Amino acid sequence: MASTTPRVSAGARSLPELVRNSSQTQRALFALIALSIYNAFATTNFLTFATLRVNLTQVATIVIVGVGMTYVIGSAGIDLSVGALMAISGALAPKIFDSQRALLSNEWIGIPLAIVIPILVAGAFGYFNGYLITKFKIQPIIATLVLFLGGRGIAKALSDGNLVEFNKPHFDYLGTGRPFGIPVQVIVMIVIAIVAAWGLRSTTFGRYVLAIGGNERAAELAGVPVTRVKRQIYVLSGLLAGVAGLIVVAINTSSDPYQVGQDMELDAIAAVAVGGTPFTGGRATIAGTVIGAFFIHQVRYTLISHGVPDGTTRMVIAGAILIAVLLQRPKAGWR
Amino acid sequence: MEAGELRQDAVDPSATAYSRIAGAWLRGQGVLIALILVFLFGVWRYGETFTSSFNLWTLAKNNTYFALIALGMTFVIMTGGIDLSVGAVVALSAVTAARLSPHGLWVALAAAIGIGLLVGVINGGIIAVFKVQPFIVTLALLLGARGAALNLSHNASVSVDYATNYKDLWKTEIGPVPLPVVIVVVAYLLGSIMLNLTRFGRHILAIGGNEEAARLAGLPINRTLFFVYLLSGGLAGLAGALLAAQGNTGSPIAAVGWELTAIAAVVVGGTLLTGGRGSVWTTLVGVLLLGLIFNELNFERGKGIFDLTQYWEEVIRGLFLLIVIILQARLTNTARVTRTM
Repeated sequence: MASTTPRVSAGARSLPELVRNSSQTQRALFALIALSIYNAFATTNFLTFATLRVNLTQVATIVIVGVGMTYVIGSAGIDLSVGALMAISGALAPKIFDSQRALLSNEWIGIPLAIVIPILVAGAFGYFNGYLITKFKIQPIIATLVLFLGGRGIAKALSDGNLVEFNKPHFDYLGTGRPFGIPVQVIVMIVIAIVAAWGLRSTTFGRYVLAIGGNERAAELAGVPVTRVKRQIYVLSGLLAGVAGLIVVAINTSSDPYQVGQDMELDAIAAVAVGGTPFTGGRATIAGTVIGAFFIHQVRYTLISHGVPDGTTRMVIAGAILIAVLLQRPKAGWR
Repeated sequence: MEAGELRQDAVDPSATAYSRIAGAWLRGQGVLIALILVFLFGVWRYGETFTSSFNLWTLAKNNTYFALIALGMTFVIMTGGIDLSVGAVVALSAVTAARLSPHGLWVALAAAIGIGLLVGVINGGIIAVFKVQPFIVTLALLLGARGAALNLSHNASVSVDYATNYKDLWKTEIGPVPLPVVIVVVAYLLGSIMLNLTRFGRHILAIGGNEEAARLAGLPINRTLFFVYLLSGGLAGLAGALLAAQGNTGSPIAAVGWELTAIAAVVVGGTLLTGGRGSVWTTLVGVLLLGLIFNELNFERGKGIFDLTQYWEEVIRGLFLLIVIILQARLTNTARVTRTM
């Protein structure tokens, strides 16, 4: 019956066919627009600057971590440690500033150090991930599992498991400052996304990343410095997680090792998957990840603002992730 | 342990016979020797409080749920996959068991295992049919199962009904042996028989060894993968039922990160993370070794010689995993490393 007629018939473009023929990034964009239109009508105060600003500030950390994850997944890897690295970075910032050394409690020395050092430490942990992966040929999912497991423990040990108040105006500017009415972290997000998109498309490093993701062996034979590039990818992911951790601490004016970056690996991976970067590597889209992050965040926002319980919200997001990865795999079946 | 013989060919032929033998020995017996050494250290250092039957049985009982999820994880990892959802499934099934405990032990137990199997069906179905990477599917189900647990419990711990016989699941003793320990031993016996003596077991190892070759050889890949995740879900459900019986409560936020404890135990036990090789009993030894180490850390803290906060336990667990995977990576030296995830 249906199987005898050609699949793509002229004129008859049904919705399923449209879905099948569009790219995952386009689908995500359509879904995001549809959700926004729904919210414009059904959610009170959705179309206000205040709501937009709140949403932007909340989505910024997902985008920032998701950008690093896009590079990682583009190289056919995965980084499960990002949430834990955010917690470490967040726990370090107050530690550095509040240490009793006179020099550090000077705002002009302490605050820059409280920003730079945690980011560098997170980057160093990223290097550790990359080192494990390249030196010992451990699968990325297992190598990054070490810090996923132990990293939050380090953050808790750093702060004795306590929520640490960190209320320093100059530091909190990262999370609460609004030059020209735009939140600082949104500016950071935009800059990072643009630079990352450019880097992926137009730099040697970006092409190396995708070459490794496409076929690591071939890339190596073609002269790509695979080991160095892979380490750099995980350093990048760690650095960006460090930035995101500081932003969360700045927004909350406190550092809670249990909360900072909790479930962030899932959000970031989901944003990448929804945005259309395949887990098999070789292709990656930063724009897609940004769209994916906005979509994931807006799904959560929509459900919460309609009073849907937290549990259901999680189940819906889990469903959204599964649908996104299923749509990426058109050829499937019980063989 | 016999299962390891199946894939001798996977060892790099360039490795010397000596290092191959040493590697096999370390994988096969190293954990057991480590367990004995750590145990003897405990006997020497803490004496009778350590060797008291109370301490040892408590230690055994408190590791029964880890043993169960690690058993399921062993099979999953042997196929080259991973199941990150088990911790959330434990919480979900514990809540389920607690909610249904007024209807008696059997109803609650069946429901707890049933809900674990249900998650396993979703995991296994999507992984087998749609060929999606296991970690992303099970990561999504981690989120989903946790959400379901929160919904089912209305965001609060659910008490087990004291009027029924549900707590018998934890308190019953058969001779000197607590029922949970009996359950674990039976589960491992069945698991070992299945792996070593049935076709299903051979298929598991064959898929993990080389999925494409297994497919070309006509093995039922999808069915095997499906059942592996089903099994993992069911065992996590059983673990959740035990957890609810132990604490007389089902908490939706319990068992966070248990999937990692299970993975650590499997890896410590010597099952290759790249799949294709492994053993059920060494996983059990791995569970006991991890449990024993943390038991002794507690004793150390009791002695007040050094004061490790509980947070360092997580770090130590991570370090432990790190050391083991590095050792494993160096020893196996397989050519299949290009297969990521």
